[in-house]
Amino acid sequence: MEKHILLRDLDVPNIRDLAVYSQHEGYAAWKKAVTGMKPDEVITVVKDSGLRGRGGAGFPAGVKWSFIPKDVFPKYVTVNCDESEPGTFKDHHLIRHNPHQVIEGTALCAYAIGANVAYIYCRGEFREPAYELQKAIDDAYAAGLLGKNLFGSNYSLDIYVHLGAGAYICGEESALLESLEGKIGQPRLKPPFPAVSGLYSKPTVINNVETLANVPPIVLNGSAWYKQWGTEKSPGVKLFSVCGHVKNPGNYELPLGKYSIQELLEMAGGSMTGRPIKAVLPAGSSSPIIPASNFHAKLDYEAMAAIGSVLGSCSWIFMDDSVDMVWAARKMIRFFKHESCGKCTPCREGTHWALSVYDKLLSGKGTIEDVNLIGEVNKQIIGKCFCPLGEFATSSMTFTLKHFKQDYVDFIDQKKGGSDVYLKELARDHHLHELHSGVVSVNGIKVH
Amino acid sequence: MADLVNLTIDGKAVAVPKGTLIVDAAKTIQNDIPVFCYHPKLKPVGMCRMCLVEIGTPKMDPATRQVVKDDKGVVVIAWQPKLNTACTTPVSEGMAVRTQTTVVSDAREDVLEFLLTSHPLDCPICDKGGECPLQNLTLEHGPGNSRFEYENKQHNAKHVPLGDLIYLDRERCIQCSRCIRFQDDIADDHVLQFHERGRHMEIITLSEPGFDSYFSGNTSDICPVGALTTADFRFKARPWELGSSPSVCNHCAVGCNTTLNTRLDTKTGINEIKRVMPRQNEQVNEIWLCDKGRFVHHYTRAGDRLQKPLIRQNGQLVETTWERALDLVSSKLLGASSVAAVIGDRIANEDAHLLTKLVNSNAKGETRLSPALPASYADLARDYGVGVGFDMKQLGKGDVIVVVNGDVEEQAPVWFLRLRQAVVDRGAKLIVSNHRGTKLHRYAAHIARYEQGMAAQWAAQTDDAALSTEELTKARNVLFVFGDEKLDAVSARGLAQILVGKLVAAGQIGKPNSGLLPLYPHGNTQGVFDIVAGTRHSGNPGVLSVDVAWLVGVGDTSDAPKARFSVVSELFMTALASVADVVLPALSFAEREGTYTSGDRRVQRFYRALPAVGQAKPDWWAVQEVARRMGFVWNFASPAQIFTDLAANVSYYSGLGYEVLAKTESQWPPVGRDDLYYGGTGYENDGGIGVRYASNPSVISAPTLPKMITSMSDLKGPARKLYQTGELIKRSDVMQTHIE
Repeated sequence: MEKHILLRDLDVPNIRDLAVYSQHEGYAAWKKAVTGMKPDEVITVVKDSGLRGRGGAGFPAGVKWSFIPKDVFPKYVTVNCDESEPGTFKDHHLIRHNPHQVIEGTALCAYAIGANVAYIYCRGEFREPAYELQKAIDDAYAAGLLGKNLFGSNYSLDIYVHLGAGAYICGEESALLESLEGKIGQPRLKPPFPAVSGLYSKPTVINNVETLANVPPIVLNGSAWYKQWGTEKSPGVKLFSVCGHVKNPGNYELPLGKYSIQELLEMAGGSMTGRPIKAVLPAGSSSPIIPASNFHAKLDYEAMAAIGSVLGSCSWIFMDDSVDMVWAARKMIRFFKHESCGKCTPCREGTHWALSVYDKLLSGKGTIEDVNLIGEVNKQIIGKCFCPLGEFATSSMTFTLKHFKQDYVDFIDQKKGGSDVYLKELARDHHLHELHSGVVSVNGIKVH
Repeated sequence: MADLVNLTIDGKAVAVPKGTLIVDAAKTIQNDIPVFCYHPKLKPVGMCRMCLVEIGTPKMDPATRQVVKDDKGVVVIAWQPKLNTACTTPVSEGMAVRTQTTVVSDAREDVLEFLLTSHPLDCPICDKGGECPLQNLTLEHGPGNSRFEYENKQHNAKHVPLGDLIYLDRERCIQCSRCIRFQDDIADDHVLQFHERGRHMEIITLSEPGFDSYFSGNTSDICPVGALTTADFRFKARPWELGSSPSVCNHCAVGCNTTLNTRLDTKTGINEIKRVMPRQNEQVNEIWLCDKGRFVHHYTRAGDRLQKPLIRQNGQLVETTWERALDLVSSKLLGASSVAAVIGDRIANEDAHLLTKLVNSNAKGETRLSPALPASYADLARDYGVGVGFDMKQLGKGDVIVVVNGDVEEQAPVWFLRLRQAVVDRGAKLIVSNHRGTKLHRYAAHIARYEQGMAAQWAAQTDDAALSTEELTKARNVLFVFGDEKLDAVSARGLAQILVGKLVAAGQIGKPNSGLLPLYPHGNTQGVFDIVAGTRHSGNPGVLSVDVAWLVGVGDTSDAPKARFSVVSELFMTALASVADVVLPALSFAEREGTYTSGDRRVQRFYRALPAVGQAKPDWWAVQEVARRMGFVWNFASPAQIFTDLAANVSYYSGLGYEVLAKTESQWPPVGRDDLYYGGTGYENDGGIGVRYASNPSVISAPTLPKMITSMSDLKGPARKLYQTGELIKRSDVMQTHIE
């Protein structure tokens, strides 16, 4: 990109400071909206821009906002900054280096739906960036950009930052709301959807940080301006977090549908190790792995679906041919086992079971029957879970088995299990497991 | 039944009310969709995934918005790509559901295999074994074996006392959250919660003391595995060894239907109650019990039960034979110029009736209710009480519930649950008026306060708009729940009279769900009152002075008349028994049959569950034996025959009889059948749901106080707590730490 729309810190030094941001059209959209636009006009321009949710599901943002009933009060905006998909670090970048654009986008969303309170829910591990974000919000209050009777109107807005306790599931919007309400982070039954009954049972819009960061330039420059990038169905620009075996990992801001996976890899400097890239996870551990043979696919929602994968949260983890997919799949299953909220049976028990079989493979005791068992357990989980997390957990198994079955066969045939590296890894995980489930005392009874 | 929705389940047509969930719709046509987390009394959560079914809806043409039909004119069904939970999906018009396909049965097998990977499979030593939903559903739908390696099982603590009444076995728990939801949605004691996540997720209690709730035992009934067991029953017996007899709890005015589970105790060799379970009566207690009703039963087999008659000789009570004791009592009664019977309000109607009949044969015979204070207003509660068709479940939007001077959770716990639901779930308006805080205050739309003891004065003078005649007239129904706490007889009757006045003024008389609902002290206050409320019943027994007094089940020493000769029928050597001239060993409610009349005038039968203790006899038997010795030709062979006589003499009971009272009707949700996973282990009602006799509202007389009130001037209603100490509760080991 010649000029970044989201990663503006790369073009403008210190845009994280309110003074600098203000010099570069900062809060111009906000002032324009509050002083000169009706809330519905804001919704219309966002709707017309075709901006789709950047959290992963890709639901059109303006359409989501238009679902909010006009006659129910209060209503809320909740910003999803849980960013917990492994390999994703775009929201982290935004709130840290370009926080005011996120705040301005949040404010515009609140104005558009008629909310007077917005919460930015940051994952527990974002302690430091959350403090920085809070500082930016404080500056905005001090400059009269947030608070009561903004720009002399009768519209008031408060924005709060809330830190979660560190749970993958709280990136799921209804679990996020539960957590924000102070309850245990577990997804809610839908319907009702948040637009009808969200935070504190009131109409709520939940948008990803990146989605909202797109809003100020759209409001300022109009929907047609935004549509000059991207495809018809996926307009605009998107952040791509790239990591793994690449030379230049980092965030890349690209128009949707313009480049292919191969081009993204090249932008990131190609393989770090010099070994050929074997596959990529396009949206962290929850996404169907893409073998190198499909790297021709363009980077937009539709093209990714066509090759049986997803754009999702755009966290691209490239892996070279040294990666054993059995090991990689185990890593991911261990992650999901650890992050399963426990609400529904297939996810809670299935990930637990699948991990135990993978551990058996790594320990060197596994047979080809165990590989088949993984496939069976995986099938038992698919389509039965309460929320998408459970289904995500199956991706690593389904697609490593689909694209890299040979890795599994070789793992058994060549007796790769039981090596020192794997045994050490198992021992360490086991130790961590003990730490996590450390013996505590409840009612005087020691429990695990 | 307006708004019926038509759908097909496995091709079978069914019509159910709008909003019904698929799982319940299927149940109405005996299609058993297995569930663990779903419970018909709780809000659905869809956690366990056991109820996955194939769901389809009529295919719509997006262009015409018309239903698509095939060439034969049959509506084309658009099947959902994934299975969905029958417990969270409401029915819709034209919906099709498949529950018997391979996909569905595979899903059931899959979910069960998952559940069993973490389950300890310790059925042989599990209290739930034999009535366990997980066990039953595994047999029906589960895989024959598990591919999960046994040594990988996660081991958790197996004996975690959540409180001192409920133990949690963390290995058996399948995280269905029924217990948490019962506490949150039904009891509104938010004392249980999930802790941690994933495979480490477990139930913890957040209260101090642990599991601080009057309703904790119910969680054990609805737990679909053996994770929650009661301190009382755990490791005591296998369910299939238990005898079961329908019974009725007599500890408060609600009259919860129970089932007494009995078995020979291996150590003592005697038959005893192993547990008290709820028996479904949707108009009384639904499928719930409070912990007092569940755990206080131990007195029935307490070691100090009276086993033989005693008579006083040389100042000492010594054991004797029934012959001698009965001869002595009858001779005293024959020679008595004045006689009084004082009848406790846990005594069965039959015994009260026969003793009243006997005592009234004496020209100066007096019969009194104990405790006496409720007699000052029980006639109003009866005549202006709720209608025959009263059902708390029907209370909701448009209805006004006024609770005056009563603490419903402490004094009628299950009514608390049901009134709360009427308010919170169905939108009835609650007005609470009290001199102190109660749990019901939480849900009140309107709260009034007054000085302790001033309830009647408050009710007479209040200019509260919420209680104005205009507001009460507008209401669909008006229910006055009231108690006598800290009131003297004048105030208690005054309060009832003022409430009746408000009902009359608002035109709320004669409706099923309008009227008075008294918070009586025990399970048969109304029944005993109805019987003694003949000619010479009035007032305080403590001020009487008579030749012979016969006290049956009287707990309060101040209720004893001054008597030259006193007879006490009792279970234990109480304070009154120890000063009596004759003590007759009585049978507890579990060892005999009879009837009780609840606070809302429902006459209900209870049945014999245990053999007698020693030579103890039912009170009616002793009364009849004495009567025969006095020359009466009485030949009552059973309580049933006495009840017939009672119905012939007490007009309110006319038309009632044991056969009518034993009638049952089909109830929703079905419980206690083979499908235990659905409603829990509570029992189906096979003993009769009872009959409420009609109230008798007549034009209210001028508010003059009956003469009896003057004799009751010393009485004041106690602030009754559920676990306050008494002869019965103090004999229950598991309740010790709860007794106040």
